[in-house]
Amino acid sequence: MILKGKAHKFGDDISTDLITPGRYFHLRTNLPELAKHTLEDADPDFVKNMRPGDFVVAGGNFGLGSSREHAAIVIKLSGAGAVLAKSFARIFFRNAINQGVPAIICDTDLIAAGDELEVDVEKGEVKNVTTGVVIPAKPLPRAMLNILQDGGLVEHFQKNKGFRLD
Amino acid sequence: MATGKTLAEKILSAASGTDAVAGDIVIAAVDVVLAQDGTGPLVVSQWEKLGVGTVARPERTIFFLDHAAPSPRRELSNAHMIIRDFAAKTGAQLSDVAQGISHQRVAEDYTEPGFVIVGADSHTCTSGALAAFATGMGSTDIAVAVTAGKIWLRVPETIKIEVNGAMPDGVFAKDLMLTVIGRIGADGATYKALEFTGETIEQMPMTDRLTLSSLAVEAGAKAGLIAADAETKRWLTEHDRAAGYRDIAADPDAAYESVVTINAADLVPVVAAPHTVDNVKTAAALADVKIDQAFVGTCTNGRLEDIRIAAATVAGKTVAPGVRFLVAPASRGVYIAAAKAGYLATLAEAGAMIMNPGCGACVGVHEGILGDNEVCLSTQNRNFKGRLGNPDAFIYLASPATVAASALTGHITDPRDLRK
Ligand code: SF4
Repeated sequence: MILKGKAHKFGDDISTDLITPGRYFHLRTNLPELAKHTLEDADPDFVKNMRPGDFVVAGGNFGLGSSREHAAIVIKLSGAGAVLAKSFARIFFRNAINQGVPAIICDTDLIAAGDELEVDVEKGEVKNVTTGVVIPAKPLPRAMLNILQDGGLVEHFQKNKGFRLD
Repeated sequence: MATGKTLAEKILSAASGTDAVAGDIVIAAVDVVLAQDGTGPLVVSQWEKLGVGTVARPERTIFFLDHAAPSPRRELSNAHMIIRDFAAKTGAQLSDVAQGISHQRVAEDYTEPGFVIVGADSHTCTSGALAAFATGMGSTDIAVAVTAGKIWLRVPETIKIEVNGAMPDGVFAKDLMLTVIGRIGADGATYKALEFTGETIEQMPMTDRLTLSSLAVEAGAKAGLIAADAETKRWLTEHDRAAGYRDIAADPDAAYESVVTINAADLVPVVAAPHTVDNVKTAAALADVKIDQAFVGTCTNGRLEDIRIAAATVAGKTVAPGVRFLVAPASRGVYIAAAKAGYLATLAEAGAMIMNPGCGACVGVHEGILGDNEVCLSTQNRNFKGRLGNPDAFIYLASPATVAASALTGHITDPRDLRK
């Protein structure tokens, strides 16, 4: 899986309350409407500026807080090809993979807002095309890579009639 | 050569039928599965997509209507209907709007030592206080657990939190755990388990242990575990489930990733300041912060003892002018007990507003949404920007004693100051 797009940069500790705020709780059964508010408390212009395939790039502990999988879903609906961060909170990490959204752990200090990136998910490599720097990414555990390659957990579970760990 | 096992390794070994050690990925049988009204509709639609059409263990699959209870608006009333329909159709258990918060109810009525519990709510870790491997996940993972009765898990490394010594007057489990989070950081235990041990924990009542475990996720932890002991047995007996008791503890030679040692006698009342839970300061240092709202409740601090402390603090006094003091019992059982004990009347007489059992003002859906630049001091577990429905407001976290004391003075107050 090779993904290409532009970086939209965020800082550390972007909580699920920032990604999809509790005040839109009632929109959770209306995902296209909910997605219009993706990350709006962190960057009010995020949805407007996103182009399909672009990346959400953040600092440490991305997605901390609630278990709401809607956080991963609205990021996917915003068009993001992947989320890159120095580290992820664990529930968000699972949710992103379960939704078929690559969650890439790498040194995002080497990426600035607007940089063009090329992400090789299997190889675990992020190429910053703008600066020419190649950033190694932490490989996903096999079990999670299987889910991602199948397109998400529902698809994975149907295809394998259960989990495939190896 | 075999080293002993941590609590997490023991429980996940038994649940997966393997000799599991930290770092292994296992498929574990699940004893209890839960979801709530914010995550439940997505569990239902993912369950439908899976196409199996059945629920593995309907008697131990519980859907809680607690976040928006009772429903403040049409969309959420319809979301509740999706869940009620699902429960009626599959035989899954429904905990309707009058029953209270999932984690409190699960601890009261379902959790047994050694259980694996997964829930579509991040504070599912609360049940770790009863020696259950309990962890939060998203709706798709939970839809799979509902369908298959099992889930894949990475066996976590464990950080031991060892607490010894007597807790000083005016200092509570909330202060202890905020201190720990302040020390290790909001991501200090990501992908790991916490195990609370030491004489302070051994002597701690279950109500306070549940506070510690519920806050484990605020350090990023997957689980916050405490060995089963006489207090666990007492809690289960009190809730008519003595038969569910089982001895389960870590082996003495278990391998921990690290150990954090706390001397309880050194603790003081603390507050987590906006907008992260690890931004911990002493209550005394924040005495100039004026508050607009005070809130006692939630899965972290909405139990009977929390409400008793709040009532005792305000008894015969009056809430400061301009402060809205909200109190929400965590469950219907807590509500009834607090009413019978007179705590709710004491609180109401002091000017507090008693809310229905449930998440109440915790999540910014309804009840107690803050105005621009307003400040809330709360017993909840999260102070993230926007958490109480307004990104331009400020949330501070503290123990019920600190919150109640501050409701009386109108500014953040060390509860020990009231006794001087
Ligand atoms: S009380 Fe708050 S933290 Fe606990 S389950 Fe409800 S919304 Fe979540």
